Amino acid sequence: MSPATATPPAPVPVVAPPVAGRTSSPPPWYLVLPPLLCGLGVAIPLGYLAMRAFAADPGELAELLLRWRNVSLLANTLLLTVAVLAVTVALALPAAWLTVRADLPARGFFTLALVMPLAVPGYLMAYTLLAIGGNYGALAQLTGITAPRLSGFVGALVALSLYNFPYMLLNLRAGLITLDPAMEESARGLGLRPVAVFYRVVLPHLRPALLAGSLIVGLHVITDFGVVSLMGYETFSYALYAQYTAGMNPVYGAWIALMLLALAAAFIAIEIALLRGLRLHRTGATTTRRQRTVALGAWKAPALALLTLILLAAVAVPVATMSYWASRADLAALAPRLGSAVVDSLAVSIPAAVTATLLAMPVAFLARRYPSKRSLALERVSYLGYATPSLAFALALVVAGVYLPDGAYRWLYQELPVVLVYAYSLHFLAEAVGPVRAGLYQATPKLEEASRSLGHSQIATFVRVTLPLLRSGLVVAMALVFLSAMKELPLTFLLSPLGFDTLATNIWSHTREAMYAEAAPFALLIMLVSAAFVAVLLSHERHEA
Amino acid sequence: MPHRPCHPRHRAQAMKNVLLVLFALSLIVAFVLILILGRPGPADDELVLYAGRSRALIEPIVEQFQEQTGIRVRPRYGNTAELAMALREAGERARADVFWAQDAGGLGALVGAGLLSPLSDELLDRVEPHYRHPEGLWVATSGRARVLAYAPDRIDEANLPDSVFDLSDERYRGRVAWAPTNASFQAFVTAMRRQHGEEAARDWLTAMQANEPRAYANNTGILEGIAAGEVDLGITNHYYLLRRLAEDPDYPVAQRSFERGDIGNLLNIAGVAQLTAARNPDTAQQFIAFILSPEAQQYFASETMEYPVVESVESEAGVAGVAGGARPAPGDVAEAAPQVDLDELEDLEGTLRLLREVGLL
Repeated sequence: MSPATATPPAPVPVVAPPVAGRTSSPPPWYLVLPPLLCGLGVAIPLGYLAMRAFAADPGELAELLLRWRNVSLLANTLLLTVAVLAVTVALALPAAWLTVRADLPARGFFTLALVMPLAVPGYLMAYTLLAIGGNYGALAQLTGITAPRLSGFVGALVALSLYNFPYMLLNLRAGLITLDPAMEESARGLGLRPVAVFYRVVLPHLRPALLAGSLIVGLHVITDFGVVSLMGYETFSYALYAQYTAGMNPVYGAWIALMLLALAAAFIAIEIALLRGLRLHRTGATTTRRQRTVALGAWKAPALALLTLILLAAVAVPVATMSYWASRADLAALAPRLGSAVVDSLAVSIPAAVTATLLAMPVAFLARRYPSKRSLALERVSYLGYATPSLAFALALVVAGVYLPDGAYRWLYQELPVVLVYAYSLHFLAEAVGPVRAGLYQATPKLEEASRSLGHSQIATFVRVTLPLLRSGLVVAMALVFLSAMKELPLTFLLSPLGFDTLATNIWSHTREAMYAEAAPFALLIMLVSAAFVAVLLSHERHEA
Repeated sequence: MPHRPCHPRHRAQAMKNVLLVLFALSLIVAFVLILILGRPGPADDELVLYAGRSRALIEPIVEQFQEQTGIRVRPRYGNTAELAMALREAGERARADVFWAQDAGGLGALVGAGLLSPLSDELLDRVEPHYRHPEGLWVATSGRARVLAYAPDRIDEANLPDSVFDLSDERYRGRVAWAPTNASFQAFVTAMRRQHGEEAARDWLTAMQANEPRAYANNTGILEGIAAGEVDLGITNHYYLLRRLAEDPDYPVAQRSFERGDIGNLLNIAGVAQLTAARNPDTAQQFIAFILSPEAQQYFASETMEYPVVESVESEAGVAGVAGGARPAPGDVAEAAPQVDLDELEDLEGTLRLLREVGLL
């Protein structure tokens, strides 16, 4: 259906008509089934919330929903979201370009280190930032300088940006790696200066990656509770979550979760509107070649300084604070529990990362290659699962467990982390869909068509042609889900096997009792284990890129 | 579909992908096997414990119980409110025997839903009447006092308020820390509503808000705020500072109680209950009996720095003084507490409504 002439690669994004379907034949069943199952899985919590919400008493409900305070909380949330998005893009865009395209020294180190803030649980980032300033803060004790502590809007902005910007960075990196260098060459050949090439060619092509990153970061900010409560900045989710747990009332809790979901749905709708009609793959018949590395020259020093500064704030400060706290802990006494916490954390985070990525492939593929209202809706449902407060997600699965016979319940819930892995995979599915989708935007359907015309089945084509092109996207997808699963709390508390003991639950349980010294070794381990896992993944990405 | 030969490089690539997937799957299988082999199969005499108290605090007690009785405890540690909601959602089909809650509100949510079984008189009689539910549906396991924390280098002891009601005075404008979203603060407001009436509680909250207090997420946040110099006083629970001082003797915060009987000295509790869904009621009550035994109570007094609920055990957490008197002997803080029936603290709904009404939630 598209012209088969070997035109030179287009230097600007091709804006296609609204339905840019590659093929008009219906998708095969094996492609539809997994996304459909994901949709159902995500629909369980939504159904649960709707069921509970209907039981509300109208009078009390009106009192809860129709308050002026909700409006001011909403304004606070939107302000914080926009600010965090701006800061994360400002941090991630130069960092992504430098680590992918420039002849940066120690590129591998920076690539890995810049992802590490994701390994820091949000509330821990807030704790460490709070520990710097004030009369009794680290700064005052080390240098005698008393600076006010970060708090309120600025505190929340700094903490959220520092640990969320890697989401943006990873999406942008995946976008940059798969970007076809021929387009930039054409643009340069047509006389554009390098800066203009970046703004007029590279940046527009990064739009799917930027949007995917923004969606994840935005949903994080909207649903964050830990950071904003510690910083004392009252957002919608802060007030709502406070009532959810304070009231211990599933009915009003459900309404609160639904209000939060409505906010997230609006955010998702904006992303859809901005993505509509975008098609960025090559239209020519040739394949993407290896990218040229840009020589930084005199810019090397400032570039290194910028990345080092980011790392100091986002990684060195938490690590230094944790190390200081840990120096007061009795490590020998904690050792056995540290070991079991690492095993339990990995035992759920790795399967969750793999499962979510496997599920994300058909979801993203269906939506990209068979675009229709239905397939796109299925893809978006994964984002709703992400925006469902994890406490509501967990309660829905608790309710589902009530209907299971004792034996099944015991093995799925109490003995093995089956339901926990299932919950992680579906809750964090959106984190995997984003990078896979961004990769698919760049992988041209032409290659798949060629493979099909040579007689390969669709599955063989996917495995031999599409999958290799998707590799960096898949790597990022697995890394993101893994890091989120390592930090997750409410799902872990309510759905883990009995006696389960992850690094994150240990950090939480010690910090809430003001036992910072005991919490610190667990916090250091969560960062170390995450670093090791992401290093393995990213080394694979670099090897292939 | 006819299968045609393809380029060897592609085949190698495809093989590599298949191997990757197989590798991932085998990782999953390996972990599942480790978990199955690492955990002995479930036995009928095991005890499923839902614990809203921190693992770090109560695990030694749980382990002692296992050693002494040979009964295996299968714990689920978490947040009291979240566990209470999960138990409420599962109802009669909850697969749990015992719920150990951080506060009376968490227990109250289950009393309201009719999910708790009465405990035996033998158990209930071990504690004073005000430490148990009137119908015997739960029993307290340890007490925690509300206290006034302050910065001794910025406020003179003579200038500290005698009553929690004085905190709304002009002289404390902008200097007070509180944690309106915290469960123990909310329990204190419930007690104030019960003791002094709805109006008095509303007036105090409104007067406090006009006095520009600073809100923190939780009790430890209040202490950090005082140490950082952001505020000079704060209302919190007594044991956080004691633990902080144990880690760092120079920590620049002190604490004391309000005058005797003041509602600001509320003695809050952690408590334990047996679920109606319990498969093994005898084991459940055996476990509760152990928590109330002198040795477990002594552990709370000396290790977690809380107040024991059993007469025979002496508190070691009496660091705080009481307003209007000379520095009292340890244990006096519990005596300074107001007389409030703890089951009345279950009425969270009314408190939440009030907090919403004045704009604090």
